[in-house]
Amino acid sequence: MRVNFTVNGRPQEADDVWEGESLLYVLRERLGLPGSKNACEQGECGSCTVRLDGVPVCSCLVAAGQVEGREVVTVEGLADYARQRAEGGCTTGACGTSLQNAQQWEAKGTDSQTGEGTELSPIQQAFIDAGAVQCGFCTPGLLVAADEMLERNPNPTDADIREALSGNLCRCTGYEKIMDAVRLAAARQSEEV
Amino acid sequence: MDFLRPASWEEALAAKAEHPTAVPIAGGTDVMVEINFDHRRPEYLMDLNRIGELSEWEVGEESVRLGASVPYTKIMEHLRAELPGLALASHTVASPQIRNRGGVGGNLGTASPAGDAHPALLAAGAEVEVESVRGSRRIPIDAFYTGVKRNALAADELIRAVHVKKADGPQQFSKVGTRNAMVIAVCAFGLALHPETRTVRTGIGSAAPTPVRAKAAEEFLNAALEEGGFWDNGKIITPSVAKQFADLCSAACNPIDDVRGTASYRRHAVGVMARRTLTWTWESYRGAGRTAYRKGGAA
Amino acid sequence: MSPNGAPTKITQGSQTKGGIGESTLRPDGTLKVTGEFAYSSDMWHEDMLWGQILRSTVAHAEIVSIDTSEALAMPGVYAVLTYDDLPTDVKNYGLEIQDTPVLAHGKVRHHGEPVAIVAADHPETARRAAAKIKVDYRDLPVITDEASATAPDAILVHENRDDHHAGHVPHPNIVHRQPIVRGDVAEARKRADVIVEGEYTFGMQDQAFLGPESGLAVPEEDGGVHLYIATQWLHSDLRQIAPVLGLPEEKVRMTLAGVGGAFGGREDLSMQIHACLLALRTGKPVKIVYNRFESFFGHVHRHPAKLYYEHGATRDGKLTHMKCRIVLDGGAYASASPAVVGNASSLSVGPYVIDDVDIEAIALYTNNPPCGAMRGFGAVQACFAYEAQMDKLAKELGMDPVEFRQLNAMEQGTLMPTGQPVDSPAPVAELLRRVKAMPMPPERQWESSEGADVRQLPGGLSNTTHGEGVVRGVGYAVGIKNVGFSEGFDDYSTAKVRMEVVGGEPVVTVHTAMAEVGQGGVTVHAQIARTELGVTQVTINPADTQVGSAGSTSASRQTYVTGGAVKNACELVREKVLEIGRRKFGSYHPAWATAELLLEGGKVVTDGGEVLGDLADVLEDEVVEVEEEWRHRPTEPFDLRTGQGNGHVQYSFAAHRAVVEVDTELGLVKVIELACAQDVGKALNPLSVLGQIQGGTTQGLGVAVMEEIVVDPKTAKVKNPSFTDYLIPTILDTPTIPVDVLELADEHAPYGLRGIGEAPTLSSTPAVLAAIRDATGLELNRTPVRPEHLTGTQLSAG
Repeated sequence: MRVNFTVNGRPQEADDVWEGESLLYVLRERLGLPGSKNACEQGECGSCTVRLDGVPVCSCLVAAGQVEGREVVTVEGLADYARQRAEGGCTTGACGTSLQNAQQWEAKGTDSQTGEGTELSPIQQAFIDAGAVQCGFCTPGLLVAADEMLERNPNPTDADIREALSGNLCRCTGYEKIMDAVRLAAARQSEEV
Repeated sequence: MDFLRPASWEEALAAKAEHPTAVPIAGGTDVMVEINFDHRRPEYLMDLNRIGELSEWEVGEESVRLGASVPYTKIMEHLRAELPGLALASHTVASPQIRNRGGVGGNLGTASPAGDAHPALLAAGAEVEVESVRGSRRIPIDAFYTGVKRNALAADELIRAVHVKKADGPQQFSKVGTRNAMVIAVCAFGLALHPETRTVRTGIGSAAPTPVRAKAAEEFLNAALEEGGFWDNGKIITPSVAKQFADLCSAACNPIDDVRGTASYRRHAVGVMARRTLTWTWESYRGAGRTAYRKGGAA
Repeated sequence: MSPNGAPTKITQGSQTKGGIGESTLRPDGTLKVTGEFAYSSDMWHEDMLWGQILRSTVAHAEIVSIDTSEALAMPGVYAVLTYDDLPTDVKNYGLEIQDTPVLAHGKVRHHGEPVAIVAADHPETARRAAAKIKVDYRDLPVITDEASATAPDAILVHENRDDHHAGHVPHPNIVHRQPIVRGDVAEARKRADVIVEGEYTFGMQDQAFLGPESGLAVPEEDGGVHLYIATQWLHSDLRQIAPVLGLPEEKVRMTLAGVGGAFGGREDLSMQIHACLLALRTGKPVKIVYNRFESFFGHVHRHPAKLYYEHGATRDGKLTHMKCRIVLDGGAYASASPAVVGNASSLSVGPYVIDDVDIEAIALYTNNPPCGAMRGFGAVQACFAYEAQMDKLAKELGMDPVEFRQLNAMEQGTLMPTGQPVDSPAPVAELLRRVKAMPMPPERQWESSEGADVRQLPGGLSNTTHGEGVVRGVGYAVGIKNVGFSEGFDDYSTAKVRMEVVGGEPVVTVHTAMAEVGQGGVTVHAQIARTELGVTQVTINPADTQVGSAGSTSASRQTYVTGGAVKNACELVREKVLEIGRRKFGSYHPAWATAELLLEGGKVVTDGGEVLGDLADVLEDEVVEVEEEWRHRPTEPFDLRTGQGNGHVQYSFAAHRAVVEVDTELGLVKVIELACAQDVGKALNPLSVLGQIQGGTTQGLGVAVMEEIVVDPKTAKVKNPSFTDYLIPTILDTPTIPVDVLELADEHAPYGLRGIGEAPTLSSTPAVLAAIRDATGLELNRTPVRPEHLTGTQLSAG
């Protein structure tokens, strides 16, 4: 079957989709967006978390056919998404992208292979700065979940952070640096206001 | 495999009538796991996400009509006062991501004894609104679960909504898992006080082939409360009554040993949860001056 | 054509400064937070096929027949291979003993053993084809424990063993046995005023790395294959893969794709050979990605163990002797079992002084899932048991458990049971003092003005208690782990370092085959290059087999050994650069010949700080490059009868204090805090050090209260191969983990560093168990501890 939907503000079309495919598979294998990760494919780890019409969901448990006509934001689009939100364009999580912006969208090329100079969202920068990334396989899902939590709750308590991220497993860090990163992003966010 | 995308409820019923083997998918949190792990290859998948009314709810005089696909997150956020037991149960479902997608219709459709909504629905008292091209009917929750992962639905029927009585007294829900979040129930317990009818209702999850009520325990407690005038005098329930109630709840279990826990533990834990939730709800009933029972939550 | 996701070099440019000792940020950090970092499962190639493995549905059976005809006839299927299709006489592989069939031949020995492989144009096609392969099994009895393995009429898991352990084991179903005998236990036992015994059980833990086993094999024009793979040791894989393919090693090119965690689970091969076989057979690129279910069968686990201990002590609290017997279940194939036995036996005493010991460790062959390397490697199981014994002894003697441990703590100069002196700092008593001195977390943190916050209580969001039944407990533990490969293994690493001037700026390129699995080796390599060569810009080349072996990313060894190799290569590059400088400028300034010279800030300076010249001017267009192997001090094998020998390179120590709150009625545990003190020698990157300690601590917590692969003792089948039923800690299960880092240099190691990754995984588990015992008063001789163990409801009869 064919599925049309919007990913990171850009219209996408996937063809010859097997009806049992998940949104995760379509993103990773058909649209060249492997940032959302395939750690468990049973909704128990959160590494495939994306926003579906603004709501964080496990993309492994969304059938591809269910996203017809809907909007998806993945880790690849998180920086743009956060920038637009900061510019006041998006508070509902379901903001669209103008046709012009959509046409201009592309994966950011950078000068060096480290991606130094890449524009990052505050939560992405905080994960790097706080040492919250080790193997990094849980990172994309955590970033999407944490970003959405800070959107709803800019001043979370530690218990709030833990509850909001309780659907995202990490096996490397023991979560302490992830807590630091979210606290850091929240603090930086409140300084800016 | 074919993917059906009915745009309306009527289209969905027609499709289900034409293809009784079609598997409805809404939140996907059960169906997609089975597909991803190659446990299930339905001939037809039928997406219910496009039917907007399934994600809506109405608060009526007596009860709440809860669309089958209202996500647990919405129940937690918006129906704490009307459906406190179900709101608490919703909060224990898997993870935030899953709660954003899954709804009560999925729990009922799968009818796993471990589904978190069941004990709360049993305790509150509910009716499942199901429909086919042949017509609509309401199945009382007590008659809904017919076997391990089996329910009273006919092959051409779909779950449209659940009608749950609005709380007229405190309700509680507890679930044991071996992790502090994102865990399937080892066993679970729901309790609702119904001061209007001077009754209590219970629900037990994951401790029998189907979700069950502890009817003997309810009858015992109803009698004990009536006899002691507790509903009126608001006295503390004596430890011996609480213990008897807990023991009868344990006795209502018919659990198995499995990788999540032993039968013996399940019986024990259901008893502990029964005693604690009775204490919490009764304290809440007494503390609220027996007039305002709209306080859900873990306080 | 390179596939999508092929790794490229990573350059940390002028924005990143910082040499060793500083918390510089990961060079791959930005790629990882933007989703651009390609893991092995992200690899993609035009026209690629998907591989699928058919695995045995039973644990022990003869294969009567395999029929692949229906699968082969399916449209979209390109190949179906079984044992009969293997191209050469080499049909087995293995880390130490080549006992593992690439595809089952005649017999399967564990649940989930690979029987056939399929390549097709879509993963669903491959799955459907695999399901159409008909395998006819004839069941055999299952060997599941020591009794069934060594019974007189026990069926042999492997007939006709001819490996190098076969000659000295007491039974062919024992992979390896290592006794250690020192002193006179019988005599010492007489001095004991108290004797405590214990029998302990350690459950089967899974590494549960999040990135599933996966890789992409691309056939090459010369008849070879290029494998992009997530592994812990490229060259070890290569050595096992090439002979099976019938290719010379240079025709099997291996490149490390992104690795989503490892923890020992990628030390053995998983889908490597299968992907290569399918690619070579079909002439097309083949990608294989396990799902989580398959991952539980696709890698080895931590050995479950039974441990029998006896300790004695005098009334004044001095340990007199120790006897122990450690039985590790190695499962169906040897994997790393022999080395795990060596570790378990040689570290079974723990970080204590006991002169008279009698030790035996064995690993069994059974039909349970194969077990091998996991973080802590044999030392974890022993630590769980000896720390329980220490608490029992302290209780028996009426002593404080920490003081009792301190009284018997080893120090520099103490002899190991193997007779090997500990020749670098061993601050065991000090670590215990520090961890005990840390402030205690406040009581009853769940209480708030709005009632109980269930998130802070046992049971968490499940709302099981509002404080009822909750009792706090505190427990301590300390452990010892070896660093690096032991027992005479030639444990070297290779580093290639290149210095040149690009755009007027000196740039260093570091190329090793080290597997970056998340530990931050790439960060440290860049730091070493900056410190040693005085540059800012460092490029890390992708790890591949175009450079010599870097050994395994395991045994806490990479910073020590590959870090040591990078440092060594940098020093050689520096000498060559200075040589060039002396040649060009020596006659202009006497200091070129007389002073100690350093490279700092892109310049050549004297140790007095005088600048002699810019590196750019010294090098001009010359390129200096060195590739060199580097070794730590050699070790010796343990004597097969006495266990004596200088078998280890270095030791690592950590201590934990666990504070738990237990719902004693429901048997649910909330770990409130897990404080750790660890000696790291020298923290090359303090931020990364904390990350390792906190991560290791949490894996120890997991096996204390929830993580266990459950195997049915009747069928040897795995009962919980999923993240629904194999639970690892969520962020709500994980407490704050304050860390006190001690830095006492080991003069034998580069920069004085100490391998750090594993030690915190040891002591965390027994500390949590001790805290639960403190809260409940129960004996608790097994881990993980489950609610039924805390409520007396283990048996279903009740």
